[in-house]
Amino acid sequence: MSWFRYSSPQSFYPLAGKMVPWFFTLAALLGLAGLYIAFFVAPTDFQQGDAYRIIFIHVPAAWMSMLIYAVMAFWAGIGLVFNTRLSSMMAHALAPTGALMTLIALWTGSFWGRPTWGAWWVWDARLTSELILLFLYLGYLALVAAIDDPRRADKASAVLALVGAINVPIIYFSVQWWNTLHQGSTISMTRAPSMASIMLIGMLVMVFAFWAYSIAAALMRVRCEILEREHHSAWARKLEDI
Amino acid sequence: MSQSAVTACRAVIARDLLVAARRRSDVLTTFFFFVIVVSLFPLGIGPQPDTLREIAPGVVWVAALLAALLSLARMFDADYADGTLEQVMLAPQPPVLMVLSKISAHWLTTGLPLVVIAPLLGLQFDLPGRALATLLLSLLIATPALSLIGAVGAALTLGVRGAGGLSALLVLPLYVPVLVFGAGAVTASAAGLNEAAHLSLLAAMALVALVFAPWATAAALRIALE
Repeated sequence: MSWFRYSSPQSFYPLAGKMVPWFFTLAALLGLAGLYIAFFVAPTDFQQGDAYRIIFIHVPAAWMSMLIYAVMAFWAGIGLVFNTRLSSMMAHALAPTGALMTLIALWTGSFWGRPTWGAWWVWDARLTSELILLFLYLGYLALVAAIDDPRRADKASAVLALVGAINVPIIYFSVQWWNTLHQGSTISMTRAPSMASIMLIGMLVMVFAFWAYSIAAALMRVRCEILEREHHSAWARKLEDI
Repeated sequence: MSQSAVTACRAVIARDLLVAARRRSDVLTTFFFFVIVVSLFPLGIGPQPDTLREIAPGVVWVAALLAALLSLARMFDADYADGTLEQVMLAPQPPVLMVLSKISAHWLTTGLPLVVIAPLLGLQFDLPGRALATLLLSLLIATPALSLIGAVGAALTLGVRGAGGLSALLVLPLYVPVLVFGAGAVTASAAGLNEAAHLSLLAAMALVALVFAPWATAAALRIALE
């Protein structure tokens, strides 16, 4: 069996349909397990009290926000080079989930910052680069939305995603340097408290839950995208569920 | 580079400069926008010289970013509307060179005036002499990068609904590193520190932009003209 078979929207649509419930189930199970560890098993931090427990949401969301951008740029690049429709649709489908993860990371970071640092927002290097990542996602989504012709939207957004991917490390390091050059930040985020291993396990479980959720959400969205673009084709007309 | 390519580049630059000279209000708009934005800050913040001296590098640099952004629409729009751009891209010379020529002309008409006037604006903010020189130098190094990165955004949004606002959304996050090191150089210089590292990094970013941006712009133009 050739894997390239699934690069056609027609054969990928039913496959994605079969995978979506599995990944959602996996996300729910892992999420429940992770939250159980987070709230009932993991000990209270001696410095931060119970406020630290938000890392079980915050850290996975932050990881996913960066990973999804890389995956999105990868699919966008594949779509641009090989002119495959499904790759571009995949890139579009990933973007809203990535933006959501970025927003969750910022939001929970702010909730974490309030009790531990006493401020909703500090211009910390990580927070600032996460904020700029959100802007990059928003620019991508806005560009996709603004172009009516889907093929042009695919290609233009792919160029933007690739330019952004080159820029992300530059932005990250410049922001980090900017932060150290200005007044030394009074609160250091990098000095993580040495973490109990059960906390780490809980966090990893949550990371996998976020993975599974992101995959499921992206697959569900790519199915919609496929139907939207291929609704006129013979195979899509024959589908029973529409 | 063959002789014909050099001739073509020169022709594109000369034409764009001629167009700018005939339609001077476009160039002046960007220029005065820069001056006005910088002048608004003391009105909003207050006339205390100490505060102004402290915020001057950031203010001038942010204003330069916004002015560069304002001028982006002019880079390809008129040529796209009357079909010139299509002919330029169809020319036997490599599109990347043509794009680079257009970006150079754009910088000469919008970036360079900002560089020239910036020390005067810095003087209004009571920046010391050495910081003024750094301001001039940093803008001179980095405004080409602004034009180069901006060209990608301008090409991507060519002929798209709400192109002006959209290109701002695309380009401003990409300008962040230039802003950080540009303003950082002036701040360091005003504080009596060595600004060479900042300027080197600015130059590095300008060179990276010089390598990648014309290709990305040419690709984006080809997509827009399909």
